[in-house]
Amino acid sequence: MSGVRVLVGTRKGAFVLSSDGKREQWDVSGPHFPGWEIYHLKGSPADQDRLYASQSSGWFGQLIQRSDDGGATWEPVGNDFSYQGEPGTHQWYDGTPHPWEFARVWHLEPSLDDPDTVYAGVEDAGLFRSADGGQHWQELPGLRGHKSGPSWQPGAGGMCLHTIILDPSAPGRIFAAISAAGAFRSDDAGQTWRPVNHGLLSEGIPDPGAEVGHCVHRLAMHPSRPSVLYMQKHWDVMRSDDAGESWHEISGDLPTDFGFPIDVHAHEPETVYVVPITSDSHHFPPEGRLRVYRSRTGGDEWEPLTKGLPQEHCYVNVLRDAMAVDSLDSCGIYFGTTGGQVYASSDAGDSWAPIVRDLPAVLSVEAQTLP
Amino acid sequence: MTGCADVVRVALPAHLRTLARVHGEVELQVTGRVTQCSVLDALEARFPMLCGTIRDHQTGKRRAFIRFFACEQDLSHERPDAPLPEAVAAGAEPYLIVGAMAGG
Repeated sequence: MSGVRVLVGTRKGAFVLSSDGKREQWDVSGPHFPGWEIYHLKGSPADQDRLYASQSSGWFGQLIQRSDDGGATWEPVGNDFSYQGEPGTHQWYDGTPHPWEFARVWHLEPSLDDPDTVYAGVEDAGLFRSADGGQHWQELPGLRGHKSGPSWQPGAGGMCLHTIILDPSAPGRIFAAISAAGAFRSDDAGQTWRPVNHGLLSEGIPDPGAEVGHCVHRLAMHPSRPSVLYMQKHWDVMRSDDAGESWHEISGDLPTDFGFPIDVHAHEPETVYVVPITSDSHHFPPEGRLRVYRSRTGGDEWEPLTKGLPQEHCYVNVLRDAMAVDSLDSCGIYFGTTGGQVYASSDAGDSWAPIVRDLPAVLSVEAQTLP
Repeated sequence: MTGCADVVRVALPAHLRTLARVHGEVELQVTGRVTQCSVLDALEARFPMLCGTIRDHQTGKRRAFIRFFACEQDLSHERPDAPLPEAVAAGAEPYLIVGAMAGG
């Protein structure tokens, strides 16, 4: 019988949640790396037992851990993330030039077809690649070296490269997103990049329609339609039908269009999920009611999904990498909160139940569908 | 201060003991003069997973929230190539690598 493995990164360790295809009973393994921040962990699409985890702390810096047995055991691999060449500067919060400084790995994106190849999105924003299972990392400097790089500024959470999407239909096409620079696309395996932010409007920057400077929170793609991208921006939920060349707003009837994660149903490319958050000054759900919103029309028309979710006194947040889907016949949706809950739906969001309630603050959630 | 060592004893903070999969102190053979740099070189050679966790990969500078203590002295701000106390080089006293108190 098929099953699911949910990989959860938290402020104080990693957890592996496992279930069979019914997704009713869960085995909880962890904490792995207790006491460390686990910004993200993710499995290889080419080898379900090959996992990568980003482990960091303010004291001891960055580590990368690798598992070859589905998270039962782990080995530290390479952790030297040196920017290539002269690091240069970006803008600091006060507008002055600030040297690029590596802080941590926010996101790990394993290759679609090679378990030993994995990409890392880091703060200060840069993209790295390993072709030897994480032992050695080389920067793809074309992104950070884009002519707009010196003008990039950090968002409140730091200047992080938080989203990496590999296009399954076009080897060499990679999407990346940076807070607060925007979305970028490469068509040559990461050698060169260009901003793909046309149509974004951000009132918090001097030129709302600028080529770069947008605080993109998350991008999502359905693998069957890689030219369609969805975006949760700082404010605004957006859609592109031409691989990022242009964007239009699909916030529609959402109660608020601020939020962090966005994801797509595994079998319905027009079914999209977001978690509206009150505002950038109130990082909790409107009215203290935790609601996932689903659009079955590719945006604009949204329905609240509340069954099984707290509908009073709920003041958690759901961070940008903390939502995932499985690909079982009835699509499973998962998200984690800053309050330490991981909720699961085995019916595409119609109803929810917590897998765990009292983990440390959840930073990331990924789902693996097991044969 | 000293020349060459017998065995240098190093005490790691708990997280780094876990990472290196050791319990208690680590005993290291240090070649040449016993300095912060030579001790860390020997430590990282034996436990490569500790590279980058105590000092920066490129610059070799101590990470901000790491401290080095020995013989009831704070040696954190000593030059990396300065000789460590005789008692450390002789293995009589441990070289303490400490995670600074911080957080909440």
